[in-house]
Amino acid sequence: MRVALQVTCVNDAMFPDTGKAVVRLLRHLGVDVDFPSAQTCCGQPMVNTGYLDEAVPVVRTFVRAFAGYDAVVTPSGSCAGSARHQHSIVAERSGDPALVAAVAETGPRTYELSEFLVDVLGVTDVGAYFPHRVTYHPTCHSLRMLGVGDRPQRLLEQVRGIELVDLPMAEECCGFGGTFALKNADTSIAMGADKARHVRDTGAEVLVAGDNSCLMHIGGMLSRQRAGVRVVHLAEILASTEES
Amino acid sequence: MSGTFVGMPAFPTAARAALGDTQLRRNLAHATQTIRDKRALVVAEVEDWEDLRLAGAGVKEAALRDLATHLETLEASLTRAGATVHWARDAAEACAIVASITHAHGADEVAKVKSMATAEIGLNEALEAEGIAAWETDLAELIVQLGDDLPSHILVPAIHRNRAEIREIFQRRMGDVGKAAPADLSDEPAVLAGAAREHLREKFLRAKVAVSGANFAVADTGTLVVVESEGNGRMCLTLPEVLVSVVGIEKVVATWADLDPMLRLLPRSSTGERMNPYTSTWSGVSPGDGPQEVHVVLLDNGRTRALADDVGRQALRCIRCSACLNVCPVYERVGGHAYGSVYPGPIGAILNPLLNGVSDEQTASLPYASSLCGACFEVCPVRIDIPSVLVDQRAAVVDSHRNDRVPSAEALAMKATAWAFSDSRRLAWAERASGIAGRVITRFSRTTLPGGRAASGRLPGPAAGWTGARDLPAPPAESFREWWDRTDGGQR
Ligand code: SF4
Repeated sequence: MRVALQVTCVNDAMFPDTGKAVVRLLRHLGVDVDFPSAQTCCGQPMVNTGYLDEAVPVVRTFVRAFAGYDAVVTPSGSCAGSARHQHSIVAERSGDPALVAAVAETGPRTYELSEFLVDVLGVTDVGAYFPHRVTYHPTCHSLRMLGVGDRPQRLLEQVRGIELVDLPMAEECCGFGGTFALKNADTSIAMGADKARHVRDTGAEVLVAGDNSCLMHIGGMLSRQRAGVRVVHLAEILASTEES
Repeated sequence: MSGTFVGMPAFPTAARAALGDTQLRRNLAHATQTIRDKRALVVAEVEDWEDLRLAGAGVKEAALRDLATHLETLEASLTRAGATVHWARDAAEACAIVASITHAHGADEVAKVKSMATAEIGLNEALEAEGIAAWETDLAELIVQLGDDLPSHILVPAIHRNRAEIREIFQRRMGDVGKAAPADLSDEPAVLAGAAREHLREKFLRAKVAVSGANFAVADTGTLVVVESEGNGRMCLTLPEVLVSVVGIEKVVATWADLDPMLRLLPRSSTGERMNPYTSTWSGVSPGDGPQEVHVVLLDNGRTRALADDVGRQALRCIRCSACLNVCPVYERVGGHAYGSVYPGPIGAILNPLLNGVSDEQTASLPYASSLCGACFEVCPVRIDIPSVLVDQRAAVVDSHRNDRVPSAEALAMKATAWAFSDSRRLAWAERASGIAGRVITRFSRTTLPGGRAASGRLPGPAAGWTGARDLPAPPAESFREWWDRTDGGQR
């Protein structure tokens, strides 16, 4: 099976450790993962702000970079959601039938990390070790656009040493929302403040999620509040071992 | 009389003001949570809820697909049953029709059943200008009207008020417009409802003309349907001599049998009840029983504009249940007034631009009033994919500015980002620059994220929107891409 990592622009530029963790984790599970260097971004920042024409060349770059792979794995629910549910909108807009066909073909073989582990590889115990008190925030796009369900929790439950605690009102949006965080900063912060309060109420040391953009928002608020909670991407917990 | 939304600022500005109102935040959080929980319970009881949603969406979709035919059938059935049908292109035409019917009967007041269509067209204000008083008889509408307030929710327009505030409004205002509230009025819900009942009864018994909307209009039988909880609607629909109903053209369903899924979906989605207490149906005039003169005003007011929008037309399936408002995390925090329309919340964020276009700044701000979390789509009984319509309306906003002489800072930034993201070599170059910035920030930063990574605290300029309340991690010295190249994917 030829597997490509779509690291995402946010992880590439801001959170390379998450990308490295995915590589380590997949290799550990016997998957030889490749990083097609022509990749950039899924186009979501443009699409979700309404700049569909601008998204066309970005989506074109995406499908070219990942052509020929059996599976594209991404440590982001919202980027997987973008490839599966939004690329078709952009392709239609371009009026280019070749692009329409290409996105229809690429979308279904794009997987969010927990989907790939549970559905494609069939594993929930990845042999991880993470001796900390952790609470999990299900991000909106992984939950409602992709429907990853409880796959991340099932993976986390198998991690040795972990103390998993439930997050109150877990399924409520954290308020990140891409450019929403800037265009409607006050509302975004009000939502984030409530999410941060729920996180603090759990007494967890670590907040985990499958999307670093949401974590950057919640983590940025927790940091400003000096709350003593750090945010960690799901991939990094799953790639932690006794040695590390 | 209640105010109007004319001149409201764009959403972000209105939201900022609302967010500072602590009482409002508390009232809304409490009310939306209560109704959310109620809905969840009664929806969970229905085993085939998802099939029911599909059926509901199907009924409305089928009606919209052949709207002209169904409307003609409706007109014929209504006329046959003794009703008079009027067609109104816009708000002004609809208001003029209602005013002239009222004048024709020499009346200077009308009793009103809660109706979104009449709120949308500003009927009360238009009638007031014609010397006709319009009395709202729904409890929440009455609270809004007495308080000179604006509605903030589709189903519960006074959701932003708590009972202490309602007591104060009743005591201060009821006497000015009718029977006064008792001097010893308490804020017990039953006592408040009792005062409203006394106050309204006088109006029901006196009114010659009633005005309503309709939840559904059945084409084959010529039947209008009003669904309600309080019974005030039933009073208005049966006591007066003349009944005028203002009905959006999208309310039509083809057959009586089509009501089946709709009447099961609506109460569970809106009030969280298995069945609503009052369902009134009437087909034209019944001699000797109820109003002896029945008018129906079929209202366009932007609906054909929405119908012509391939993606957005699904918004016309909306049955105004408010489930999307009650689950919306944005609505819960800012309330309804910030949307500047009688249609707030997720449905308002798509319906207003679809009905009116996006040429004014306030309406153009609405599609952005969402984090696209998708909670609305999940609960919508007629499966309106609100997030997709929001994105499509954002594209409509952007497209409406494509020929601006001076592009906005956002448009320039988006074009630059798209340029960088269209070729990985450009992105790699940008990442090298950000890596350098990251080293500088790490060197001089005095903010450290939990876990040890350097961060930026409060920054000025364009970064202020993010860093005003959130620390921003410093960019790493090396991007993932650079790491992969340097180590051959971690193998070296
Ligand atoms: S959009 Fe759907 S959920 Fe919202 S009010 Fe309309 S029918 Fe109800």
